[in-house]
Amino acid sequence: MIKKELLLGDEALAWGAINAGLSGVYAYPGTPSTEITEFIQQHPLARERGIHCKWSSNEKTAMEAALGMSFVGKRALVCMKHVGMNVCADAFVNSAMTGCHGGLVVVAADDPSMHSSQNEQDSRFYSKFALMPTFEPSSQQETYQMIGAAFDFSEKHQIPVLMRLTTRMAHSRAVVEVGEAKEQNALSYTKKPRQWVLMPVNARVRYKTLIEENKLFEQEAEQSPFNRYIDGKDKSMGIIACGIAYNYVMENFPEGCPYPVLKISQYPLPTTLVKRMASECESLLVVEEGQPMVEEMIRGVLGTPVQIKGRLSGELPRTGELNPDNVRGAFGLPQRETATASQLTLPRPPALCQGCGHRDVYTALNDVLRENYKNAKVFSDIGCYTLGWLAPFHAIDTCVDMGASITMAKGAADGGQFPSVAVIGDSTFTHSGMTGLLDAVNENSNITVIISDNLTTGMTGGQDSAGTGRLEQICAGIGVDPAHIRVVIPLPKNMDEIRRTIREEIEYKGVSVIIPRRECIQAAKRHNAKK
Amino acid sequence: MKRDIILSGVGGQGILSIATVIGAAALREGLYLKQAEVHGMSQRGGDVQSNLRISTEPILSDLIPQGEADIIISLEPMEALRYVPYLNKEGWIITNTTPFINIDNYPDTGALLAELRKHKNVIAIDVDTIAKEESSPRAANIVLLGAAAPFLGLDAEKFEEGVRNIFARKGEQIVEMNLKAFRAGYQYAQKHMK
Repeated sequence: MIKKELLLGDEALAWGAINAGLSGVYAYPGTPSTEITEFIQQHPLARERGIHCKWSSNEKTAMEAALGMSFVGKRALVCMKHVGMNVCADAFVNSAMTGCHGGLVVVAADDPSMHSSQNEQDSRFYSKFALMPTFEPSSQQETYQMIGAAFDFSEKHQIPVLMRLTTRMAHSRAVVEVGEAKEQNALSYTKKPRQWVLMPVNARVRYKTLIEENKLFEQEAEQSPFNRYIDGKDKSMGIIACGIAYNYVMENFPEGCPYPVLKISQYPLPTTLVKRMASECESLLVVEEGQPMVEEMIRGVLGTPVQIKGRLSGELPRTGELNPDNVRGAFGLPQRETATASQLTLPRPPALCQGCGHRDVYTALNDVLRENYKNAKVFSDIGCYTLGWLAPFHAIDTCVDMGASITMAKGAADGGQFPSVAVIGDSTFTHSGMTGLLDAVNENSNITVIISDNLTTGMTGGQDSAGTGRLEQICAGIGVDPAHIRVVIPLPKNMDEIRRTIREEIEYKGVSVIIPRRECIQAAKRHNAKK
Repeated sequence: MKRDIILSGVGGQGILSIATVIGAAALREGLYLKQAEVHGMSQRGGDVQSNLRISTEPILSDLIPQGEADIIISLEPMEALRYVPYLNKEGWIITNTTPFINIDNYPDTGALLAELRKHKNVIAIDVDTIAKEESSPRAANIVLLGAAAPFLGLDAEKFEEGVRNIFARKGEQIVEMNLKAFRAGYQYAQKHMK
């Protein structure tokens, strides 16, 4: 029976995956991908069927676990934000080499315009260089259908596939027609066992077949119902529109687009269709969300010289998210009449919540450093506490990638920096901070690590944190001297004690860990409401 | 019928609940709908907006083009002004007048309201006070929804149904509180429409 539901792109994907016979989702929270896993966790079929849906420690462990599930013939899904692809890249790239057995779909949610991220890298580059087929939906309904097709494709060709979303696709709601759930796969094993052992002797053979198979994948893309060549009368320009960009193009032509349009939602790039367009049109406009990947590619694909327009040539903005307005400019259409922007409006940046424990940590840290250690450097990390860079705290000097606080503090200390302080959250610590702490312990680096523990993954909305309740044990197990693992409660009334603790541990010549621990106030509110 | 709506406010004020009620009503009417939301970093006290498009015809872009929005519904006066370049010439601004001041250099409220009133079609309503007097401070966002309801192209009772559905699991008292809030806003708008 078909039901109509109002779903986010993320939710449409999640539901589609369940209905495609999913056996496990593996993920670390990250905007804008978090809601996929959350939806599966809350879906009744997840419990009924025992679908794995617990959070993983990081994207690499998630990718590897999903590959293991695929190895035994089950359908597995991996979800992450785009920068998570960097964390799981080793596993991701090599999974194209091993291939898969049960369908394996990797979802990367890109964030053009950096609504909630540190860069706008385009995940399609990863799948291109890993030689992995890619799907990129243009609507919520297509997302729902595509995830099932992606699992089928993956199983048919025994190759993991990437599904790329962008923020606008992930976090926009629309009415979606949802069908029934298929059965899950039974346990089964691969008929190609050699390529799962990537010793050079096997990998060299496999690499050649993978390259050969990509011709087949491209043929599939030429035939795919998700890719469409829509002819138009005006051949002065042909438009190649990828994923969600298709909507922004068509929005500008309510009476129908006069130019031929090639909608692309499945890769490898269907070069035959591109060549057809190039031979029939005087120029090509490439409209793609993220970085100019297709635009760069077709410059290499086309034999005949034809003018190619897009993000590289300046018809579209080189950076940032596409929208109906900046796409309109590329057609030479006049911008719509608008009211003048008000001069009174001011930016309203996000801030740490009132009553948040991170506030007390930064207040104490600032007090100590400003009074005694003018030369201090504070290396921070990815999470709510990154907001400590803003007013009123101005408390941190760096934020780079998950876990970088501890290792950067170590490197700076190696170079002679004192005091060298790291500020990291509990979830980020278990994601990618633990190995860096081991490096620091092995060399007895003179650093002070503050693990600001709010007992949750706060910035993404309060998901379970992998090390909750065991941070002291983990640090001691890694080799930090238990005398220098100090727990405090970040509340204004404890300010003297916190300041004293920070001072003592900065003065200690070696690795010390301070754990200010108090539950995230948003999570606490939700817990109280449930009671 | 087509309505392009921009919802705005400050993270935590409840613009998504407004969107949810409108969405439920539109879905029940068999309308097409697209609603782009903001999640993540910008939630924490920052400015938030949502693009909501409902139509009897299929909708392409999740984002509303500049100059095309029919209505700006804002829980905060400065946040209403932020999106005026998106409003069409005949469009309506339905805004709360109570400022949410969490930045040091917040502009003078009088100047903000004066600038808002320069626009042709504006309903400026103190939803916080009305919510307190007529219902509960927690239902301020639903008062604003009530004030916007006459401009949304659907009968008021469709939204009342939406309110009932969305709040049903929280109990009859909460449903009643929100219905009262909705009606208070609706009546205010009826009185102040030109």
